[in-house]
Amino acid sequence: MKIHIKNGRVIDPMNARDEVADLFVAAGKIVGYGHAPADFHANRILDATGLVVCPGLVDLSVRLREPGFEYRATLESEMLAAAAGGVTSLACPPDTDPPLDEPGLVEMLKFRAKNLPGPRVYPIGALTQKLEGNMLTEMAELTWAGCRAFTQADAIPADSQVLLRAMEYASTFGFSLWLRPQDASLARGGVAHDGAVASRLGLPGIPALAETVALATILLLARETGARIHLARLSTRESIAMVRAAKAQGLAVTCDVASTHVHLSENDLISFDSHLHLVPPLRGLRDRDAIREALRDGSIDALCSDHTPVDEDVKQVPFGESAPGASGVELLLPLTLKWAREMGVPLLQAIDLISWKPAQILGVPGGNLTVGNCADICIFDETAEWVVTPKALASQGNNTPFLNQPMQGRVRYTLIDGHIDFEAPL
Amino acid sequence: MHASLPDVDPLIAQLAAAIAPTLTPDTVIVGIHTGGVWVAERLHAMLHCALPLGTLDISFYRDDFSRIGLHPQVKPSNLPFDLEGRDILLVDDVLHSGRTVRAAMNELFDYGRPASIRLAVLVDRGGHELPIRPDFTGLTLAVPAHQNINLSRLDDGHLTLSLA
Amino acid sequence: MNLQLTSDGRLRHLLTLDGLPRAILTQILDTAESFMDVGEREVKKVPLLRGKSIFNLFFEPSTRTRTTFEIAAKRLSADVVNLNIATSSQTKGEAILDTVDNLAAMHADMFVVRHGQSGAAHFIARHVAPHISVINAGDGRHAHPTQGLLDMFTIRRFKGEFHNLTVAIVGDVLHSRVARSQIHALTTLGVPEVRVIAPKTLIPTGVEQMGVKVYHDMEAGLAGCDVVIMLRLQSERMKGARLPSAQEYFKFFGLTKEKLAFAKPDAIVMHPGPMNRGVEIDSEVADGPQSVILPQVTYGIAVRMAVMALLAGGATA
Repeated sequence: MKIHIKNGRVIDPMNARDEVADLFVAAGKIVGYGHAPADFHANRILDATGLVVCPGLVDLSVRLREPGFEYRATLESEMLAAAAGGVTSLACPPDTDPPLDEPGLVEMLKFRAKNLPGPRVYPIGALTQKLEGNMLTEMAELTWAGCRAFTQADAIPADSQVLLRAMEYASTFGFSLWLRPQDASLARGGVAHDGAVASRLGLPGIPALAETVALATILLLARETGARIHLARLSTRESIAMVRAAKAQGLAVTCDVASTHVHLSENDLISFDSHLHLVPPLRGLRDRDAIREALRDGSIDALCSDHTPVDEDVKQVPFGESAPGASGVELLLPLTLKWAREMGVPLLQAIDLISWKPAQILGVPGGNLTVGNCADICIFDETAEWVVTPKALASQGNNTPFLNQPMQGRVRYTLIDGHIDFEAPL
Repeated sequence: MHASLPDVDPLIAQLAAAIAPTLTPDTVIVGIHTGGVWVAERLHAMLHCALPLGTLDISFYRDDFSRIGLHPQVKPSNLPFDLEGRDILLVDDVLHSGRTVRAAMNELFDYGRPASIRLAVLVDRGGHELPIRPDFTGLTLAVPAHQNINLSRLDDGHLTLSLA
Repeated sequence: MNLQLTSDGRLRHLLTLDGLPRAILTQILDTAESFMDVGEREVKKVPLLRGKSIFNLFFEPSTRTRTTFEIAAKRLSADVVNLNIATSSQTKGEAILDTVDNLAAMHADMFVVRHGQSGAAHFIARHVAPHISVINAGDGRHAHPTQGLLDMFTIRRFKGEFHNLTVAIVGDVLHSRVARSQIHALTTLGVPEVRVIAPKTLIPTGVEQMGVKVYHDMEAGLAGCDVVIMLRLQSERMKGARLPSAQEYFKFFGLTKEKLAFAKPDAIVMHPGPMNRGVEIDSEVADGPQSVILPQVTYGIAVRMAVMALLAGGATA
């Protein structure tokens, strides 16, 4: 299909473009910028006047709930939700049931996703078998099956020797390790950030140390082995300082934060609302402010949604019994825009954090609007105001701390491979 | 309006005169907070009662609790005598619907089983909603439903009636 | 906090003492005073809550607290139903709201809730219909407001005023919902100096922000105290690597006659109970002249009557 995207404000961080221009799409690719290529007759003209046209978003953590958790959400529903959020490529974590520790499971997931409307799905493989933290998975075979990186999900292996060996093995092949810096023993029993608020509310705490101790281990091992490391979901200001220092010393490490942690803090827990039960926990105001600043100065490389849809049953319980996680792939864009507005950050820099930068971390094409590349495009209305209600969300997970809150910024069209996979109802 | 209301002291003296012949040495006087206690204190003195004065706070026995809740200042009820087989003279300032007196009687029966209860009121303003009538009345005065007649105590201890 | 109050500032639920205005705390204490007299009469009942149904929802077992709530409710002439709900990790969640809905359908007017999870009472209170009140009888480590109130009632009875007292809370503050409620009550009622005394492993992070001074030494912590509140030490604390043994704990943080001498000579000793004699408190002190532990128990009924009466009254206004 030939599509002419007309008169939009094109924001393309990789090519440092922020200007009103036309874009031309054909056969799944971007074939023209500014003026139409010869003999171009559009089948469809999208009037993007007053809208922003940017690369399709690349979300580094979206749980699709298959295999194993279909009662919470399905591949179909979550891929549509991602498309509704303007996401054209996503990485999904391996903490499914069974975990993605075998090539067959990875192939199955990729096959299912390929035949459904929605973003390109890049599975992140399990670092250890069954995610038990003991035996390595066949990383090379899993990469062959389509895994872009490997992770131990929510904590580092308790056995540091296993982590060391995993890094050595990965660096043999140049594979990436995405690690959540959490020491399971220090975090044990906790459900909220160990600070004045959790103390007041009587919620068992997860100290900042649970993150920084694990981070120190990761950084030291990474330096030793030369493994490529991406740190998933930082939450403390001490961690940010450690990563800054490591980067300054030349360590090739990247990191991301979840969009929830850019806006919320432990202070929001005052009502015991389970929708605020997140992993990592919402930390103190100073941590939140450090995150907001680090996104601006580039110490944090990318923003992701960490989309974790769950059924309401596991949230409609007292805080400590609830399952952690928030649904959020449809909020990644408005929450990023909100941060940019509040911090006075230009749109070009903000969009970079959710398109080009994560594309590079994931090591996949996309995240840019270069002529000749895939037409993965997000067209959104920066000014559109809406309220986050179950009806407004396409995801089966309504578990978001932003429920019933107003948002500004909504996707109008999402093109994946030159195909309009999402079009907002008028 | 004050001009048409009599002084309180002569009314109480009248009450005392009417009550005196019916008293026995074992009769106890019980006043209902707050106005009834003021009247009862004076009667107790005038009638030279040997037994101590009893006071009742009926807050816990009102029938409008669900609607208006607990009064912020609940004073303790004080009945420093055994009620069993006792003759009680119950005293209140204004008799209106009769519900206060009903609550007072319910409370008294939670303390024991009196031999008799007679009721003395300073003012009977009419508007009875229950089959309760006073045995001794200082003043009978029909007060319209939208108005209230109140007993107040001034700083010097003087009692006055007013309409509002 | 607004969850607990109606739009015109009356008490709708009692979930925590945190954020309740001083006037409401005082109102509860004053009302409890009047109920003390009721307890001394032969007929210990008043008809205030006749026709009302109070359901004791105890997800955590407790005989003492449940019994005092039951006595309090019956003295108000309410109907009481006791439910001890066995908990299993999988069914806990669905059970709570379903249970609550079913009971509400049976015309419950008030729920008294005890649960092992912090925030459980808030969770239930957010869910119930407008005419139903929830009393938190203890949720996890978070709050035990009626205990906090009866402790304040005790202090007021023996010390008269709050504005010139030094009060020390000794023991496992980290895990104690009673301590948290006491701290909120003491600071709201204007006690100028509130101290917590415990080893570092039993002090919550940032507890100073609740308005207390932290001590790790009994001699320094008890100096000049008017009120000493001892908290129970649960045996499980040894397992979390927070304490080596009850013996070592008693040596340094247990209340003996010698340690009590650091406080003022007329200081009173309190304990929310049940006591572990020889672990946090010596028998000589527990049974001694400065101990007010027994009276504390009797005040519990009057305080709970006051809370129930204040919650049930004017409900349909």
